[in-house]
Amino acid sequence: MEEKIKLSPDSFEALPKAEELDNEKIAAPPLTFVQDAWRRLKKNKGAFISLWIIVLMMIIAFGSTPFIDHNSLVKSSPNYANLPAKIPGISINGFNGKLKVSGQWVDEYKQNNIPSGKYFVLGTDYLGRSLAQRIIYGTKISLIVALVATFFDLTIGVAYGIISGWKGGRVDNVMQRIIEIISSVPSLVIVVLMLLVLKPGMTSIIAAIAISSWTTMARMIRAETLQLKSQEYVLAARSLGESAPKIAWKHLVPNLSSIIIIQTMYTIPTAIFFEAFLSFIGIGISAPQTSLGVLLNDGQKNFQFLPYQMWYPAIVLCVLMIAFNLLGDGLRDAFDPKTRR
Amino acid sequence: MRKYLLKRVFYMVLTLFLVATITFFLMKLMPGTPYSNQEKMTPQQIRIMNEQYGLNKPVWLQYLIYLGGMLHGDLGTSFQYSNQPVSYLISSRIGASAQLGFQAMVFGVFFGIIIGSIAAINRNTWIDTLCTILSIIGKSVPNFVLAVLLQFYIALKLGWFPIADWGGFSYTVLPTIALGVGPLAETARFIRTGMVDVLNSDYIELARAKGLTKFGIVYHHALRNSLIPLVTLIGPYTVALMTGSMVIENIFSIPGIGEQFVKSITTNDYPTIMGVTMLFSAGLVVVILLTDIVYGIIDPRIRLSGNGD
Repeated sequence: MEEKIKLSPDSFEALPKAEELDNEKIAAPPLTFVQDAWRRLKKNKGAFISLWIIVLMMIIAFGSTPFIDHNSLVKSSPNYANLPAKIPGISINGFNGKLKVSGQWVDEYKQNNIPSGKYFVLGTDYLGRSLAQRIIYGTKISLIVALVATFFDLTIGVAYGIISGWKGGRVDNVMQRIIEIISSVPSLVIVVLMLLVLKPGMTSIIAAIAISSWTTMARMIRAETLQLKSQEYVLAARSLGESAPKIAWKHLVPNLSSIIIIQTMYTIPTAIFFEAFLSFIGIGISAPQTSLGVLLNDGQKNFQFLPYQMWYPAIVLCVLMIAFNLLGDGLRDAFDPKTRR
Repeated sequence: MRKYLLKRVFYMVLTLFLVATITFFLMKLMPGTPYSNQEKMTPQQIRIMNEQYGLNKPVWLQYLIYLGGMLHGDLGTSFQYSNQPVSYLISSRIGASAQLGFQAMVFGVFFGIIIGSIAAINRNTWIDTLCTILSIIGKSVPNFVLAVLLQFYIALKLGWFPIADWGGFSYTVLPTIALGVGPLAETARFIRTGMVDVLNSDYIELARAKGLTKFGIVYHHALRNSLIPLVTLIGPYTVALMTGSMVIENIFSIPGIGEQFVKSITTNDYPTIMGVTMLFSAGLVVVILLTDIVYGIIDPRIRLSGNGD
């Protein structure tokens, strides 16, 4: 083992380039895995549009942070309460400050003596706060929850899955039993229990989702690791004495990347749904803070008379969910063409 | 088979035991007290109340009493409704939830299969696109949003169904739809994928060559073979229905378990929270075991016991 054949660069001699061999080759430059997936994703119109919608929403939600005054976000101004949407220059009923009251369109802005220069693009809620501002802030909360859930999926889920699959045997058995226990309680119940123990708010929602969101990812990664483990290149790396973490990082993770990306795209809508759901039933983010779920809950109470207060956040939430679901499907088709129908 | 079953049942009991333990200690960590106006109570009153609910005993003893009680179906006494045992609270409400869940499952799976099959048969036509769009929307629109919309537009505006409450069959229609749309969309996508594969296989070609009708091919050959994997989805559906029931029952004010759960969370009713959590986990564990067994029976290629470890 210790003896090595001594080789130096001069032991090798370059062969003359046989150019004529390449002469008849007709091929585009080879595409890398990611380029190939990107090419396939671009062909999928729904997924591609969704990608842009998500990027746009992220830019609006996070880019607006310096412009959103936290005081005006939570401060109530009863003079402006329950005003419908008004966009200057547009005279479609519903967007010109008029509201249907018992069958007739009434200009709410005139009725409430709002100064003529004042308008709210999406109207105001029952405490006179700008709905547009609150929706943007709520979207930001949803996206943050989604990103954090993704982060835990990527770290805990992937690491757990790889370790479980790689170690095998008893370790694997115990680790799988743990997952089984966690997933035998509906994850929303886990989230609810965690929220009760921690105090309700953004941090607890994130912690609760972190605890329950990674199990599916861990399962899928484990199953795939079990297969990859017996591949020749892993065997080669092992016999060359590569350390396990390095094999995991250099060989397993790149080969697992498509599963990781696809699974992440399924975690995100679930996390967004959880946050909205918890805030909707009143144990998530609570007033005066806001999120899409809180807005839906507020809007629902006045739905009969002020339907716009529920419709706008509902539309934003649905568009967000549809966009992530479509992008997820698109990425699955792009990264895993075998499952393509 | 028997050995496998024994092993599974053992793990099931172990899982439930751990869930009970974890839930119990989580509840003990919970901030707040079960008494709604403790500051107004004299220390003596608090002591009497603590004694009545067994809260003055050391935690480990409370835990043992709780576990012991659970063995013969005693889940403790609700804090919220004076002197009502949790098991009574649950058993009086489980009927509505079970009926709703069952109806939603049947509704979702039945129409999901139909829509999925239609999409697969008319692959790459506008019908397929329409079905795909519908199932994406069904999957994406949160069920509580759908429930509010249905309640307002169908029940209040059109007056086709009762707005809320629980009575005859007509009361169940809207909640069933709201709850079942998620499973419907999932089933439709699943069936479509499976059936597209099956329709491309050789035995379908043979069936076509035999001169079977289109319906005969789809019903006798394609559908049956794409149905088998659907069994694996029953577990996730159960979870979705349990979760959904919490908010749907709330919106339609149905006296069910989910509504009770939400109520007991807001009132710090520990015994009820624990009881419902145990019920949900027990239900889910049993459903998962049953689906595994059923899967093994209907598809003999899946061997239950020989999975390596």
